[in-house]
Amino acid sequence: MAYPEKIRGLYQEQIKGIQTAGLFKQERFIHSPQAADIEVEFPSGAPLKKVINMCSNNYLGLSSHPEVVKAAHEGLESRGYGMSSVRFICGTQDIHRELERRMTEFLGTEDTLLFPSCMDANAGVFEAVLTKDDVMISDRLVHASLIDGIRLCSAMHDTYKHSDMAHLEEKLQLHADKRLKLVITDGVFSMDGDTAKLDEMVALCDRYAAMLLVDDSHSSGFIGKTGRGTHEKCGVMGKIDIITTTFGKALGGASGGCVSGRRELVEMCRQRARPYLFSNTIAPVVVSGVLKVMEILSASTERRDKLEKNAAYWRKGLTEAGFVLREGDTPIIPVMLFNAKLSQDFSKALYDEGIYAIGFFFPVVPQGQARIRTQISAGHEIDHLDRALEAFIKVGKTFNILGKTKPEIIQMYGT
Amino acid sequence: MDGLKDVILQYVTKEYLEDDSEPLDFETPLISGGIVDSFSMVSLKRFLENKYKIQIPDDKATPEAFDSVTKIASLVEEFVGKKG
Repeated sequence: MAYPEKIRGLYQEQIKGIQTAGLFKQERFIHSPQAADIEVEFPSGAPLKKVINMCSNNYLGLSSHPEVVKAAHEGLESRGYGMSSVRFICGTQDIHRELERRMTEFLGTEDTLLFPSCMDANAGVFEAVLTKDDVMISDRLVHASLIDGIRLCSAMHDTYKHSDMAHLEEKLQLHADKRLKLVITDGVFSMDGDTAKLDEMVALCDRYAAMLLVDDSHSSGFIGKTGRGTHEKCGVMGKIDIITTTFGKALGGASGGCVSGRRELVEMCRQRARPYLFSNTIAPVVVSGVLKVMEILSASTERRDKLEKNAAYWRKGLTEAGFVLREGDTPIIPVMLFNAKLSQDFSKALYDEGIYAIGFFFPVVPQGQARIRTQISAGHEIDHLDRALEAFIKVGKTFNILGKTKPEIIQMYGT
Repeated sequence: MDGLKDVILQYVTKEYLEDDSEPLDFETPLISGGIVDSFSMVSLKRFLENKYKIQIPDDKATPEAFDSVTKIASLVEEFVGKKG
């Protein structure tokens, strides 16, 4: 043991620094299943409060769907609780391969490999398919998990300005001499809710012989006419070389993720991706639940259609009320407040009104771009959205930001 | 090497700054000041190598050596001088 008071003090100082900087994260304990209506204990020890959840990734409202829960129970009975193994030793059941087949079919790709999470998929994919002779060119706002995967890869890395196609083209020209080029983007960007210009990106990648990777975690199941993702929305199904996505959001919300795409690239991940090789298989109970989710989504677009209507209704309500929003047409709708403290105070006031929505600020979003990120679900009814809007308007009036422009809000509260 | 610092300043401004950012000068700390992240340094390095037909070894292309326009210019001059 070597944990003297000096070392303890060092960490205590660091934690204090996080608190002083206003960056300390506190969990809120939810005592109910994930849904539009939840019961929350916050702060710890406080009585339970019924609130409307406006910040989960439960886009399709399937996290606690009775059919999914039932399928998970059946999976637990028929395939057991755990596999106590990585996939390639003795951790692959028939249902793992079945889910890989279902995802391949759903995403319109050539093959799929499951990972314990999409964070793991993104951590493992780059080093599995690239070498030091190659280059990765990523959007500057890609998700942290992609950045971590990029850091673990020996290939050169460069970036282009967010969704700036002219800048991406410059970078493709700059790195024309590299053996392989891989362009990397989110499908829907999680903090802003905007969609990558995949049609233009596919054309550029074709022109410069580059591969394209899209993380569709905030899209799979509901973006595009039949919910296949951003590649469906942008009319480029079958043209994305690698899609990574998660089962931890719209697709049941439990855990797990995958790499899906060109057969050889997926095979390279099966052979080389370290989070696949050295981490446990997805639990059978989760696989069984996701298989049911895929069955539900393949049978009907009812849930993604409802989500689309809900998101449009919510965006219209906020716009008419006079909030500053980020442009977009996805269920991620950020209400811009710009000032970090204002975002925290606004979130707290909403909670007092029975609305659960979190304020995000630097370093999660760029400096001076603090916001309340709202996320809409097919599990919301219009009544939920009306009540939430009423609370947003009440709190907006309290802070005097309704009808105010970005410069006016910044003038009042600073950045 | 007339205008070298201006070329670098212009590239850094175009490549890394947003439209509403404060303007840079030759001494503005780029990496330690959070303007350029060490990831994005690669495009600046490649730009300079292509433009001045030089090779900057990775062990010389440190965050410290790229931390201001003046420092970058000194580094480039060192290798341009070695070419002939």
